[in-house]
Amino acid sequence: MSIVSFRFVTAASMTLASFALYASASEAKAPSLDDAAGRYDIDSSSQINFSVDQVGGGGISGKFGKFSGTFQLDGGNIGRSVVQFALFPETVQTGEPRIENFLRSSAIFDTANHPKITFRSTKITQTGEDTAEIEGNLTAKGTTRTEHFEAKLTKWNRNVISFHIQGGVYRTRYDMSAGIPVYSNIVQFDMIVNGQKH
Amino acid sequence: MLRNRRDAFGWGTIALHWTIALLIIGLIVLGYAMTRPNIDPALQFDLYQWHKSFGFTALALSVIRVIWWLANKHPAPVAGLSTLEKRASAITHRLLIGLTIAVPLAGWALASTSTLGIPTFFFNRFVIPHLPMEKSAGAEAFWTDMHAILAYSLAGLVLLHASAAFHHHFLRRDTVLMRMLRSERHES
Repeated sequence: MSIVSFRFVTAASMTLASFALYASASEAKAPSLDDAAGRYDIDSSSQINFSVDQVGGGGISGKFGKFSGTFQLDGGNIGRSVVQFALFPETVQTGEPRIENFLRSSAIFDTANHPKITFRSTKITQTGEDTAEIEGNLTAKGTTRTEHFEAKLTKWNRNVISFHIQGGVYRTRYDMSAGIPVYSNIVQFDMIVNGQKH
Repeated sequence: MLRNRRDAFGWGTIALHWTIALLIIGLIVLGYAMTRPNIDPALQFDLYQWHKSFGFTALALSVIRVIWWLANKHPAPVAGLSTLEKRASAITHRLLIGLTIAVPLAGWALASTSTLGIPTFFFNRFVIPHLPMEKSAGAEAFWTDMHAILAYSLAGLVLLHASAAFHHHFLRRDTVLMRMLRSERHES
């Protein structure tokens, strides 16, 4: 199990072959499990992108400017790792102020009454060499539901770790159904999450 | 009797006239309501989509109305109209028919040029494509004004048209209003 976990955090910077090399060569220069383990703060270079399809092609895409979070990586057991994330929907950016105001309004986020959207993982399952499924509780507009995201490790060194995280969320679950069916019920998230070691 | 005769409107004209009349009144009320500044945003979005679907319905029927109007006889004006009155009624009718086409076309241009880029999903059944026009804040503002000016001009003409019909019915006691309500031969 620990070997698998080790691969999970190192696969992006090493091929399988070089991993084998590292494993058989001196351990001194190889990143160790102890290095990967630890607490990371999600930093502002991360990109929290989303898109919503519309009928006839195209759609709305945008991102959130302000967010914060941490992840606690358990080197020995990926399954015991925890991700926590919060974003401020007030900072939504789409390139069209009227769409942004609509998203902030009571029709969608209702940022006046619900300024924060939070996510806390409840279960992380490794699904491949450098991929994992994150299950957790998403709380938005006063509703908490279980959601799933796919994470792929894209970068790792001693201080910085990056994941590409994707997942779809049904907005009707959170009382954000305005605009359906012209706009899809599914909000597709496509995020680059960069963590800075604590 | 579906088609017009020299002495009476046919059911085709009567049905189109009143259906389009109801749509115009409904669309003007809807258009006014949905543009109030303090409206609930989710409700506003839905009202806009209804407005577009009913607007395209009005456009389609108005196009049919124009073809029908061109392909049919026009009943003769009721007796006792002055030359000026005949001229005024002919101009009003042409303007009314022209605006039933121009107002929805301006609305279509507005939806097409809007930087919001919201698709027109006709009664949630199929997408009506945008006109091949460039999206810009300037073009959207222009067509917003145009759509409103033309729509309120149409509303003014509808008022004039209806007042004239009531004037004929209640004061002159002629068949002007009745012949747009019933398709039958009138003894005169």
